[in-house]
Amino acid sequence: MPRNTAIKTVLIIGSGPIIIGQACEFDYSGSQASRSLREEGIEVILINSNPATIMTDSVTADHIYLLPLEKKSIVEILKKHQIDAVLPTMGGQTALNLAIECEKAGIWKKYNVQMIGVDTNAIRTTEDRELFRQKMIELGVGVCKGRTANSYLEGKEIAQEIGFPLVIRPSFTLGGTGGGFVNKPEQFDNALKHGLQCSPMHEVLVEQSIVGWKEFELELLRDKADNVVIICSIENFDPMGVHTGDSVTVAPAMTLPDTVYQKMRSLAIKMIRGIGNFTGGCNVQFAVNPATDDIVAVEINPRVSRSSALASKATGYPIAKIAAKLALGYTLDELKNPITKTTSACFEPTIDYVIVKVPRWNFDKFKGADTTLGLQMKSVGEAMGIGRSFQEALQKACQSLEIKRNGLGADGKELTNQAEILHSLEFPSGGRLFHIYDAFKLGIAFKTIQKLTKIDKWFLQQVEELVLIEKEMGKYQLDTLPKQLLLAAKQKGFSDRQIAHAMSCLESAVNKHRNDLGIRRVYKTVDTCAGEFEAKTAYYYSTFDGENESHPSDKKKVIILGSGPNRIGQGIEFDYSCVHGVLAAKECGYETIMINCNPETVSTDPDISDKLYFEPVFWEHLYDIIQHEKPIGVIVQLGGQTALKLAEKLHRYGVPIIGTNYESLDLAEDRGRFSDLLKSLSIPYPDYGVIEDAEQAVELGRKLGYPLLVRPSYVLGGQSMKIVINDQELEQHVVNILNEDPKNRVLLDHFLEGAIEAESDSICDGKDVYTIGIMEHIEPAGIHSGDSNALLPPFDLSENVINQIETYTKKIALALNTVGLLNIQFAVKNEKVYIIEANPRASRTVPFICKAYQEPYVNFATKVMLGEKKVADFTFNPVKNGYAIKVPVFSFNKFPNVNKELGPEMKSTGEAIYFIDDLQDDYFVKLYEERNLYLSR
Amino acid sequence: MLKYTQRTEAVLLLEDGTLFKGFAIGKKGTTGGELCFNTGMTGYQEIYTDPSYFGQVVLNTTAHIGNYGTVAQEVESESIKIKGLVVKGFSDSYSRQTATESLQTYLEKANIVGISDIDTRQLVRHIRDKGAMNVVISSEFTDLPTLQAHLKTIPDMNGLELASLVSTTAPYFVGDEKALFKVAVMDYGVKSSILQNMATRGIYCKIFPAKTTFDEVAAWNPDGYFLSNGPGDPSTMQYAIASTKKMLESGKPLFGICLGHQVLALAAGLTTYKMHTGHRGLNHAVKNLRTGHCEITSQNHGFAVKGEDIANNSNVELTHLNLNDQTVEGIRLKNYKAFSVQYHPEAAPGPHDAQYLFDEFLELMQQ
Repeated sequence: MPRNTAIKTVLIIGSGPIIIGQACEFDYSGSQASRSLREEGIEVILINSNPATIMTDSVTADHIYLLPLEKKSIVEILKKHQIDAVLPTMGGQTALNLAIECEKAGIWKKYNVQMIGVDTNAIRTTEDRELFRQKMIELGVGVCKGRTANSYLEGKEIAQEIGFPLVIRPSFTLGGTGGGFVNKPEQFDNALKHGLQCSPMHEVLVEQSIVGWKEFELELLRDKADNVVIICSIENFDPMGVHTGDSVTVAPAMTLPDTVYQKMRSLAIKMIRGIGNFTGGCNVQFAVNPATDDIVAVEINPRVSRSSALASKATGYPIAKIAAKLALGYTLDELKNPITKTTSACFEPTIDYVIVKVPRWNFDKFKGADTTLGLQMKSVGEAMGIGRSFQEALQKACQSLEIKRNGLGADGKELTNQAEILHSLEFPSGGRLFHIYDAFKLGIAFKTIQKLTKIDKWFLQQVEELVLIEKEMGKYQLDTLPKQLLLAAKQKGFSDRQIAHAMSCLESAVNKHRNDLGIRRVYKTVDTCAGEFEAKTAYYYSTFDGENESHPSDKKKVIILGSGPNRIGQGIEFDYSCVHGVLAAKECGYETIMINCNPETVSTDPDISDKLYFEPVFWEHLYDIIQHEKPIGVIVQLGGQTALKLAEKLHRYGVPIIGTNYESLDLAEDRGRFSDLLKSLSIPYPDYGVIEDAEQAVELGRKLGYPLLVRPSYVLGGQSMKIVINDQELEQHVVNILNEDPKNRVLLDHFLEGAIEAESDSICDGKDVYTIGIMEHIEPAGIHSGDSNALLPPFDLSENVINQIETYTKKIALALNTVGLLNIQFAVKNEKVYIIEANPRASRTVPFICKAYQEPYVNFATKVMLGEKKVADFTFNPVKNGYAIKVPVFSFNKFPNVNKELGPEMKSTGEAIYFIDDLQDDYFVKLYEERNLYLSR
Repeated sequence: MLKYTQRTEAVLLLEDGTLFKGFAIGKKGTTGGELCFNTGMTGYQEIYTDPSYFGQVVLNTTAHIGNYGTVAQEVESESIKIKGLVVKGFSDSYSRQTATESLQTYLEKANIVGISDIDTRQLVRHIRDKGAMNVVISSEFTDLPTLQAHLKTIPDMNGLELASLVSTTAPYFVGDEKALFKVAVMDYGVKSSILQNMATRGIYCKIFPAKTTFDEVAAWNPDGYFLSNGPGDPSTMQYAIASTKKMLESGKPLFGICLGHQVLALAAGLTTYKMHTGHRGLNHAVKNLRTGHCEITSQNHGFAVKGEDIANNSNVELTHLNLNDQTVEGIRLKNYKAFSVQYHPEAAPGPHDAQYLFDEFLELMQQ
């Protein structure tokens, strides 16, 4: 069955701004789908309001519409283009909802657009909890006892029927919003009310609780001929009760015998066939009773998801890419496996390694939030580790998190308070995984840990063994440490730093010692088939084993460092820059090597770079790859603060940094030296000082004058930044900061009250500087730049001010010997421009400016960094029509009790772009009028 | 207690001289056989007890083995049939609450020698390129001459008749005596889940030793014949080929699986050959050419039916095709009620996509 040739143009709907529960995995799926369709000669039209995505880039689609995801925008597009089909399964729940809205309004019909890859009846069945239950019962698939309630009274009746514990799941909500477990009758009233409120149709499912059952997910693909394959099985380390987005997950399933797995597989196929007719990706979740091996279906999602992105990276099988082809009418047997390029796409990947995904939370940004994990997703990102064993993968995932840990355990940061540990085991929050380790280390009984966590014994044994290894190592000195033990520790994923901690020696000593003993990393291929067939894709992970499969070429090559797991302040926009960096370096004839550990990203799509090392962006892994590949240098400017932070060590180890050199990067970070530089350039900056204790703080605070901006000297996304207005507040905050990190120093800046903030992004080659854009914030100073609405270009700055900004940008760029990108933040008060900070790297605003002005600035900057081009070599032709507004988007609805006040600490999770023709635009006028109200969301 | 401190070292030597060092699992000792790899991520106990693996050393490519222990009833025959075991990560403890004992105890009781913690992927890639070969594993000897001497005692799988060695010695019955249909099962190493699949469909099976003569089998007056899976080179099984021809002539329905498929092909005048590395796993896509539908199948074979022969044989229809390498996966005889598949519709381990074939066999008998 060849594809439907009547389809010549396809509209792909994106997922909009990043929010908790819907992140850059949909940029990955959308981009893949778009490329996959274009391979077939199809003209792709794309709509997404998120400017920080690769999918909305001219490299991805033929026509791009950065418009709000609303019916109005769809109609606008359909009026302009003859569109044959719409593919709404690549943009998460947002895209599906919009497609259904358009269907209800008859829009698709009116413009003769076919919906592909989707069955709206199936969506209804899967989203309406009661329909889902009825369907499962009809199919003979086990489900939990329960019923839906449309009223408070009805809910109470059902609870009486099924008893406690039970669970409340609101219908039609995203990421489990409003759901929760109810263990006791007295908690029920509030939970029910909240659930009903959260559901747009005032409907909840009241269901028997199966907390503690084992939880699994299967990722399926189905074609028009009803062929179904299972791409991946994923097991949740955290049993039922914690949202899968907040669970540590493992692939393949580790603890399932074939009998139970095949039963589950058959049920999943029955479910996908039973809920409707659609082609493409589908995710099915199951729970298994550990005592009896009984299976119940939890949910089914007929679209690609966060888990399918994970499954694609875990197996190498590109689900979205194939799903897009299936939506066109291809059948699986007509397509080739893109990894082997010789065998069929109709097969089930099998892997000879293990992947572990660990979520990344940002509770520190949501003071007062309920950090207990439950039915509603709360994490903002995730990291994946690949290893030859569960333990190695687990350690690598923990090393990828960038939460100031060196892996799981063995870093002196253990919790030792027994009561706190026990509480954390029973009531999971973000740190539970670490606390399980701590519990074993403290000697808490295995049975107690298992009883409280309900985690499968096999997983707990794996963690326990890591603790035993750490303890065993502690009995030796480095020179007496048995080689076998050291090898075991490395094979189980311990970093040199962790081993150094256990041995009380230096990381470099461990590194040297193990290298001397020949304990070195080898690289293995992610090939979808456990080595049965030859793979043509250069997708690698490291391990300590016999054979190395990644053979370095003798081409000139460059490493691009990714930005690791998403978090508030560092997300998709850096993935955008990394992908462009890779593509630009490729254009210049370099072999490109990408290192990143975030499975949601486009940069970890093995189709993007020449070689992908799916490894933690962590010194040890990076340095081993550098020694293996011997690149001409490393690009650290594109991967946010994560990559930039590694510059110091690269410099120390003599590894060339591509673009702006380490001295300049360091100069920009060092507030004291940077201010001296500004002084010498006669550029104003707010009065400031550095202090080391509260005593000094109060003294300095009075000298500088209140209000003051207080922050630790090395920060990301404005972490722990606060504006204080008196001695008491100052002292309190300084004590807090130093308590968290006693080695840190604290910066006090005089806060320019009522100032206006602006920022510039520029490209510099060391001689010439080009300012690619200046953005003006709408809200007054005091709100983090990531949280403020901003306009490109500025809307009410005088020519005088703009001239100052441009002049200062040039002066600073040259003084810092910038080669590549530079972002500078300004405060403007009384026609005078002050410098707040300079970031010699790609910023959050660069992708925004690229999209608004329709020019590939990251591409240009990368070529400049590589020395392949000068600024003067480019002709800049920005498209400047009207204004582009950067609109921050928040995920506060996940944290009902959190103070929504905005300040110098960033809290938004995503952003949208909104174009206006002029300043009379209603949207802008309203925003501007309310600019002072925005201090609270 | 840390396992690694008390573990015994073991070695694995390939026919071509490649040596791997790891740790002993199962019983300590020495063993050898043809090395084959299975890419399934589940179902180790079913694999180890599958008589088709008789005489072979099995390598599981999946990273961890042993995690869910063993269960007395999840077996394909009454004992472990593999000759030895090669794995990456071995768990001697397990979590499954319904399991009866650990894999370590299970292997030890059956005197199975194995090796873990070697680069199994390297080994797979090695035999993928060089082809199937014999191997010796030992936790007793590490010196090359002794290992080499042991290697020499292992026969070449090509030209080896093994079915009669794993076959039952006396006939037995499975299923309901009052069932509507009676099937004579030729046991070349039959997996118990094949018999279960028939029994649940209302078929009464009598299982005959491999070398039982046709007359003896026919005397039971079955409604259909079944040729089972099993180990070894099919071309050596003249006894089976001869009686299969007579079964065909009887005009009664006949169904063959794996080795049984190869025997049917030989009886129909086709030829078989030894494959480079064979197919062993749970993820092989097969296209049913009659329906156009694809199924994910469980496979375990080192020999195959020559595809070119079918084109030249007007009496045989190719019904199933492997989507990866276009090898023969199923045939149907045009002039008889006989069909067979190379793969395992009974799964165990593996996907249940192809169980419809048992229904088709039943339908043939109902006609």
